[in-house]
Amino acid sequence: MPNKEKVLIANGQGFWGDSILGPVRLVNEGPLDYLTLDYLAEVTMSIMQKLKSRDPGAGYATDFVRMVERVLPKCREKDIKIVANAGGVNPQACRAAVAETIRKLGISGVKIGVVEGDDILADLEGLIASGEEFKNMDTGEALAPYVDRVMSANVYIGAEPIVEALQQGADIVITGRATDPSVVVAPMMYEFGWTMNDVDKLAAATVAGHIVECGAQCTGGNFTNWQDIPDMARIGYPVIEARPDGTFTVTKHENTGGLVNIDTVTSQLVYEMGDPGCYITPDCIADFTSIQLSQESENRVNVAGIKGALATDTYKVSISFQDGYKIIGQLTVAGPDAVEKARLCADIVFDRVAMDGVEFAPEERFVEIVGTNVCHAGIAAAPGNPAEVILRIGAKGQDKQKLNRLGMEIVPLVTSGPPGVTGFAGGRPKATDIISYWPALISKDKVKCSVSVEEV
Amino acid sequence: MKIPLSKIAYARSGDKGDGSNVGVVAYNAAGYEIIKQQLTPERVKQHFREICLGDVDRYEAPNLLALNFILNDSLGGGGSESLKTDAQGKTHGLGMLFMEIEVPDDFELPG
Repeated sequence: MPNKEKVLIANGQGFWGDSILGPVRLVNEGPLDYLTLDYLAEVTMSIMQKLKSRDPGAGYATDFVRMVERVLPKCREKDIKIVANAGGVNPQACRAAVAETIRKLGISGVKIGVVEGDDILADLEGLIASGEEFKNMDTGEALAPYVDRVMSANVYIGAEPIVEALQQGADIVITGRATDPSVVVAPMMYEFGWTMNDVDKLAAATVAGHIVECGAQCTGGNFTNWQDIPDMARIGYPVIEARPDGTFTVTKHENTGGLVNIDTVTSQLVYEMGDPGCYITPDCIADFTSIQLSQESENRVNVAGIKGALATDTYKVSISFQDGYKIIGQLTVAGPDAVEKARLCADIVFDRVAMDGVEFAPEERFVEIVGTNVCHAGIAAAPGNPAEVILRIGAKGQDKQKLNRLGMEIVPLVTSGPPGVTGFAGGRPKATDIISYWPALISKDKVKCSVSVEEV
Repeated sequence: MKIPLSKIAYARSGDKGDGSNVGVVAYNAAGYEIIKQQLTPERVKQHFREICLGDVDRYEAPNLLALNFILNDSLGGGGSESLKTDAQGKTHGLGMLFMEIEVPDDFELPG
């Protein structure tokens, strides 16, 4: 049983597409025990399910495999374990790709743990038959009538099966849809021997996970007072110094850019927040109104006082389904009279497709003129006569052909519209799927997670 | 006197389904009292009237000197449905900081 006084846990990836420099620098630039990586957002799961339907060997975060290749030699040298929800909808394929990479590196004796059981897509109808209604948490509607359109269905699983993989000696743990904080909670539970009844400690670990889950967003990234953040190019990714009593310190490695202070950490605490008194995860319910922050020293913020409650008896399920199509294209319109000409361009496009029998209702149409204050409409003053604007024009609907017909009439404006229209580098846009979400709950006893550990 | 909210608070925002969440954090306790009093859901809804089409919910976290707002129906469908440039409400936090608030004439602004 491990019995450490302090465990260093870093998060090197806030989403699929985050910079690979995060994890590479974390393992090279300072001490570390665990590197965690969060790759999954709601939309990611449906994209992965689509990739898997075309290729049974796809459907996981391929970035993770490239990342392992870059960091594993250093992780072996420094005894750093890796926990990542990189498995997406195909954790076994992810494991196989990672194993292949490890062999190519000529490294042996690495144990890879895989946590499965979150993907309930194949069992969905059986689960409905057994009494799970998957009522939409926003509308109360039951899922049954929509089941044919479902593209992915994943349970947000917690830290427990990850702990099991660590107990079995895993050096790398790959999960499917584990929650973002759980990849941080699990190493603390394992190292400090916490159980599901240690609710305050689990709540503290969950808060730690929430703070680091978006990578550099707690070390000065996306901070209101960006002028105060030193050396943003070399921004340090966050490191949690966790302690057995449930208190922890948020910091970053020495000689990295960025800033860790009460304001940068609080900015992340309020990010994607709902009711701060009731932050529900599969591991516990954390009370964010109990968090006490104090500045220990430069770039070190102490976090203490956190209270929690026992986890609920349900898991959240994220179900995605195909919900029509959308298209968007853009052109740049230069002045004089940039805004007026952009409006005319938009009218021309919808008029021309109508001439060809393709009509769009007002609620299906989308026109946005960037440069006229679209982000802060009604709040900040819009410039009276901008020198140039970007026209974004598109539509939503159920008929893909109609949308693609619209896409064909955008670029022709360059020669058959007002002067000063350019910037069509993207070419002719194409309609893409709209993926909608169906948030629901499932009884925990209906979900069986499995853990397997294999040595490479 | 009237000052922009940015003088006494900072903010961060992100998406929550088809709504956005905007966390507003005061630099000090005096500032928190002011935002708690003046940043009512009605006032925030009025401020975002061209962006937020639904109701505004408000939560308090006094330990963090923070208020959290949910701006329902403010992302043009949210997720993968939205065609808006800011489909995730990333800029709503800065938008909130444009709000004008009233402070006493002798109010000490944070450095």
